[in-house]
Amino acid sequence: MGWYVRSLGARKVMEFVVLVVFVIFFLGPLLNLLLLAVSGKWQYPAALPQSWSLEWWQFVLTQDDVLESISLSFLIAAVVTICSIIVCIPAAYAFARIAFPFSRWFLFSFLLTHAFPKMGLYVSIAVLFYKFGLMNTFVGIVLIHMVNTLMYMTWIPSSAFRSVHRAQEESARDAGAGPLRVFWKITLPMAFPGIMVASIFTFLASLDEAQGTLLVSIPDFKTMPIIMYSIIADYPSTTGAVFSVILTLPTIILLLAARRFVSADVLAGGFQVK
Amino acid sequence: MTEPQLSIRQLSKRFKTGDGVSDITLDVQPGEMVTLLGPSGCGKTTVLRSIGGFLEPDSGDILIRGQSVLKLPPEKRPTAMVFQSYNLWPHMTVYDNLAFGLHIRKHKKAHIQRAVTDALELVQLAPAARKYPSELSGGQQQRVALARALLLEPDVLLLDEPFSALDAKLRMEMREELRDIQMRTGMTMVFVTHDQEEALSISDRIVVMHAGQIEQLSTPQDIYDRPSSLFVASFIGRINLLPAVSDGTRIRLQSLELEPQPGQALLPGACTIAVRPEDVYLTDEQHSLAGTIRQVMVLGHYAEVSVVCDEQIIKMFVPREQAVHLLNGQAIRIGLRKFTAFPEQTAGITVSHTAASQAAATV
Repeated sequence: MGWYVRSLGARKVMEFVVLVVFVIFFLGPLLNLLLLAVSGKWQYPAALPQSWSLEWWQFVLTQDDVLESISLSFLIAAVVTICSIIVCIPAAYAFARIAFPFSRWFLFSFLLTHAFPKMGLYVSIAVLFYKFGLMNTFVGIVLIHMVNTLMYMTWIPSSAFRSVHRAQEESARDAGAGPLRVFWKITLPMAFPGIMVASIFTFLASLDEAQGTLLVSIPDFKTMPIIMYSIIADYPSTTGAVFSVILTLPTIILLLAARRFVSADVLAGGFQVK
Repeated sequence: MTEPQLSIRQLSKRFKTGDGVSDITLDVQPGEMVTLLGPSGCGKTTVLRSIGGFLEPDSGDILIRGQSVLKLPPEKRPTAMVFQSYNLWPHMTVYDNLAFGLHIRKHKKAHIQRAVTDALELVQLAPAARKYPSELSGGQQQRVALARALLLEPDVLLLDEPFSALDAKLRMEMREELRDIQMRTGMTMVFVTHDQEEALSISDRIVVMHAGQIEQLSTPQDIYDRPSSLFVASFIGRINLLPAVSDGTRIRLQSLELEPQPGQALLPGACTIAVRPEDVYLTDEQHSLAGTIRQVMVLGHYAEVSVVCDEQIIKMFVPREQAVHLLNGQAIRIGLRKFTAFPEQTAGITVSHTAASQAAATV
């Protein structure tokens, strides 16, 4: 063993140690969460739960409002994604292709909603919502979610459209395709990975949104994160763990399904203000 | 004379930056390969893109087989274009790339299949039909792009520096292949390049462009032998540009008195003599220039010799066997077989004397 470590050299050993620390740092909390979700009794300082149990799973999944909240959250996320696509894809195309004054500043301004303290922004939006009667409505929730997703949905597809070279569109025009057909057959399919990634982010962000929803949805609309807040406050920590796993699941499934499209390149491209 | 396949009349297009072209008039006959040649920014691509419909000219007209196409969008024009790069659509297979235009024209499926297969065979890429563009090399991609343009059966095929992204050897092969395809199909082609060697080798006629205007329009042979301006002389092939003085009937180049070439009239004053390295020869005659050899470079079957005559460097080509006897520092005498003389300021030419002598130093 000793000779093996020596043959590797100090550098390799250090790299290995750093890697292990990183893995523990990133995956440790997740592992802890999983263990907690299936434990019956787990008291400090035991390394593993003293007893295993799925009783809190049963509890969470038999709560009516929990199941309702899951379907409501998915419905909202789907509607938010579709609305964002309808609103943002044309905008993204315009930012990518049409040179208009201050376009860069407009694009940059989408970052502002992420720069302010969220609560302050939501409170001022809530004041507007009261005036228009949007409080405690489905439309109100969708709108407040879209405030958050505008940036992803414009920036990432815009960079995707920009990466479609003009000559590629022009050669399609040359081959006899009108402008609309060029968009459907050439530009859109080539920008599809970027749009896909942005849509997934939008969907996940909407599933996870709690602050704004809490403010505008009370009392009738209870989404998953809202229910989770009250359950964490009222029940043992195991319930929270179970719920977290349920919330994480769609994220993982979606990311796995779309891993073909999700690459660091697409993301990095989206966050370059050109 | 038959009706020209493509006719450009007084075409002008100016961009905000000041670049562009003015007053371009050009007729291209059916089955002809015409090359627009010039340095970058001379407007050659502007002309090509105007023909293809990707630019709207400020004034002038473009006719294809007698019909004005100025009002037509690119998809309605009987032209097809091969771009410098980013030609193919990466989300489609080679087959689908080629079939795209035919589908739009609502051809029968069997017909499309046959046409695509034929086109791929023409560019020797039949096995690549099911591949995606990213699986092909640069040269193969450019051949597919060529096949796609040919399939559209355009009245005029436009090529925008199609081979400039390829390496030198491949570029030569593609040139030959393109010329071959042109001979076989009899297609009218307009080719844009900044590579004078490429232009000389494939064209029926060359249009030399400079600063948005046509400098000379002629056959490759004629442009090489009888450049109409100092710019053309220095841009095409290799050439020595030497300062000289004319008294109206004779030209004085250093110690040498020269008769102007037949058909050339010169005003008295300073002038520039353009002479190709292959038109400079070693001689024993008294009526010649004395100089010393500065450098001998063997370039395959011939050698390039730099001779210093009265502080001017003159380059000459000599056969390899003869070059063996030449040594650095050796005193020799050289004569000029033929040359062209240009007055110092030819109208419309912006090549200044210093630029010309720099060009001479770099040839």
